[in-house]
Amino acid sequence: MKENFLKGFFKENPLFVLLLGTCPALAVTTSIENALGMGIAFTFVLVLSNALIALINSFKKLKELIAPVRIAVYIVIIASLVTIVEMLMEAYLPALYDSLGVFVSLIVVNCIVLGRAEAYASKHTVKESIVDGVSMALGYTMALIIISFARELLGSGTITIWGKAKLDLTGVYSALGIEPISFFTSSAGAFLVLGIILGIMQAIKNHKEEKNKEIAKQESINKVQTAKQVKEEIK
Amino acid sequence: MTINGIIVLLVSSILLENVLLSQFLGVCSFLGVSKNRKNAVGMGIAVVAVIFIATIVTWLVYNFILVKFDLVYLKTIIFILVIASLVQIIEIIIKKFIPSLYKALGIYLPLITTNCAVLGVAIKAVQNDLSFGAMLIYSLGSGLGYLLVMFIFSTIREELEKRNVPKAMKGIPIALVVASILAIIFSRYVGIVKENDTKEYELPPQNANVIVMNIPSDDYLNSFIGGNK
Repeated sequence: MKENFLKGFFKENPLFVLLLGTCPALAVTTSIENALGMGIAFTFVLVLSNALIALINSFKKLKELIAPVRIAVYIVIIASLVTIVEMLMEAYLPALYDSLGVFVSLIVVNCIVLGRAEAYASKHTVKESIVDGVSMALGYTMALIIISFARELLGSGTITIWGKAKLDLTGVYSALGIEPISFFTSSAGAFLVLGIILGIMQAIKNHKEEKNKEIAKQESINKVQTAKQVKEEIK
Repeated sequence: MTINGIIVLLVSSILLENVLLSQFLGVCSFLGVSKNRKNAVGMGIAVVAVIFIATIVTWLVYNFILVKFDLVYLKTIIFILVIASLVQIIEIIIKKFIPSLYKALGIYLPLITTNCAVLGVAIKAVQNDLSFGAMLIYSLGSGLGYLLVMFIFSTIREELEKRNVPKAMKGIPIALVVASILAIIFSRYVGIVKENDTKEYELPPQNANVIVMNIPSDDYLNSFIGGNK
């Protein structure tokens, strides 16, 4: 259970490791507020779609019935959930809805949602699927926040958490005699930030692999030595 | 719409408002399929065709069915169903009549259903209240922009594979850095569109503002050309 919950953050992070859902990750990460809004909408859709699809698949007859058209069924379920999110956002968070723009509707074609439905929810129980959905959605939100933190801090010199909960660091910038680099809020900056973050992830992975290799090497040397010692003792 | 307006809309949807580099639609396929130039161009051509046809159909459905019966809130569901069935129909038709084309493009067609570029362009076309003619040009330009960037990017990536890249940046990270440089280049094409022309441009004012803001001053351009001295 715990492992199932934690996998979305590091081991199987949908954005940094599986490289899914890159479009919104580049487009809406100009401020942390946008990233959080996208994360909330995404969590709602992914958790509910996982739960509903697992529920449908838990009835054997229904599962057999929809098997040939299951992708279409999944898409309709996801699209309905997205429509609900769109309507709620438009009613209660109109400013956020405007700044996220078309990307709320585009959760429908986000590969993570359909991917989890097909690869996980259709084969596991409702409870497991909900945990999986929460884990993946929070992992994705975390990734969005990391990217938007870097972009907002470097690009506009502020940290907007939600509405007025805003930290203005432009004073620090001017005290240092530099200006925020607006390049990072542009589209080119988005690609660069994601590229650098993925590079760091890959460097960490390489480092770990090398360490593991060294440990394995040391262990095999130790084994050979102990085997030799045992042999000599027998002699 | 004047000829001038048509050209401005076409150029800006191909270069300035490029679906991949400035609107981030379809980046998943952009990173996934661009390892090999042949595949990338195949995918690009399939996307051009599907975006063009799908946007026409969804525009007609939206304006003549959804708006008429006051069902606008259903657009996400209806659009994705229309696109999915359309892709299926195109696949069947090509399979039946042009088997050689099916062999080349067939494997990309199912992937296109979940390509955000198709749904994104379709939604943007109706959200921005484009006229029928403007919608035709906008969807064609978006598709061509996708194909152009896909071709350039896959060529660079093929070349990158042979080069000595730091171990940590190998593969996707260095590809994203290349995409970043391409995005800078594409956002600098604004010089092509004159400031006066943007007033006839039919996309919403926020986009028009971006274009006006980005236009480099004459002095800036002259510093490259060496004129005005």
